[in-house]
Amino acid sequence: MPHIALPEGVPGPRGPMLFRPEAAEPMSEMAEVLMRGPSTLTLAERELIGTYVSAENDCRYCQTIHGAVAAHYLGGGEEKEALVHQIKCNPAAAPISAKLKALLNIAGHVQLGGKHVTAEDIAQARAEGATDLEIHDTVLIAANFCMMNRYVDGLATWTPDDPDFYRQRAASLAQHGYAGSASRT
Amino acid sequence: MAHITLPEGLPGITGPFAFRPETAKPMRALAEFLLRGPNTLSSADREIIATYTSSQNDCHFCQTSHGAAAAHHLGTESELPVNFALIAEIKRDFESAPISPKLKALLNIAGHVQQGGKRVTTEDVACARGEGATDTEIHDTVLIAAAFCMYNRYVDGLATWAPLEQDAYIPMGARMAHQGYAAAPTPVQEPVNA
Repeated sequence: MPHIALPEGVPGPRGPMLFRPEAAEPMSEMAEVLMRGPSTLTLAERELIGTYVSAENDCRYCQTIHGAVAAHYLGGGEEKEALVHQIKCNPAAAPISAKLKALLNIAGHVQLGGKHVTAEDIAQARAEGATDLEIHDTVLIAANFCMMNRYVDGLATWTPDDPDFYRQRAASLAQHGYAGSASRT
Repeated sequence: MAHITLPEGLPGITGPFAFRPETAKPMRALAEFLLRGPNTLSSADREIIATYTSSQNDCHFCQTSHGAAAAHHLGTESELPVNFALIAEIKRDFESAPISPKLKALLNIAGHVQQGGKRVTTEDVACARGEGATDTEIHDTVLIAAAFCMYNRYVDGLATWAPLEQDAYIPMGARMAHQGYAAAPTPVQEPVNA
């Protein structure tokens, strides 16, 4: 049961976002710009960074929904879902680009705390072709999920169990985006 | 030196804000609503929650600038030394600081959010409610603490530059407290011939 009285039957951050729409508006806008705005990082790469950080923060709702969105962008199906699972468990061994591995390494250090990001982490990402803007966005996506994960779990929001719920929701988020997503069923 | 090339001479979060205005806009709007929007929690209390969380995250820029904003909310310029001392005491050990039991209960929640969302217990929330906290106040405390877990990581994860000494933060804190978090206006060019 959530720690405060939230709208019933609304999963994850959508409950508190409906409870406090004034805060939800900039939070949704930020997600839309970071995760779906113009970027040289692909939509799938950005969702994978969000998924990985949410897994490190042990936030079941966020890692499951954003993992499903990432799998959707990658083409969907069990094979892509397995890839997302592998990236959460061991990104270094996953069949992804060296650049994405270096960005996930930065994201993992942001999750531990800002000061854990080292000059070597950055140099490694740059050597794999990452730009300053891509490094910036990786740090901010990771930091943003450290907020969202704490928002979701710090209020003990409802987390559905049915994997199909996440697949359907992911398809809707991929189609319509994050702006106004809290009130969209 | 910052990890990426940021505009020079801008302290803390203002460097990456200038580097990426598209994300700065909602981040500024969120801070403005959470710390200065209509609320039954005073702006001083909300800045104290932000300061405490930033201190637990060991973020020098955020804890010093928001500590200065809290001190400005708490009183006039002449009362700043007393209020800076109070902020320092809250950061060190809020349980023994001369603040309300309600704010102590909210800081306890914020401290648990900082460690991770699942650290917040039903007892933490019941305790805050017992001291008179409403659901909205508990919600806002959780979100302020969570948001500062973002801002702190943004500032330190990019290794931004920030002044060390507290005095440098006095005018910054006054601006944050009284003018807020919307983007700073472009400096007005003084007319050359008077």
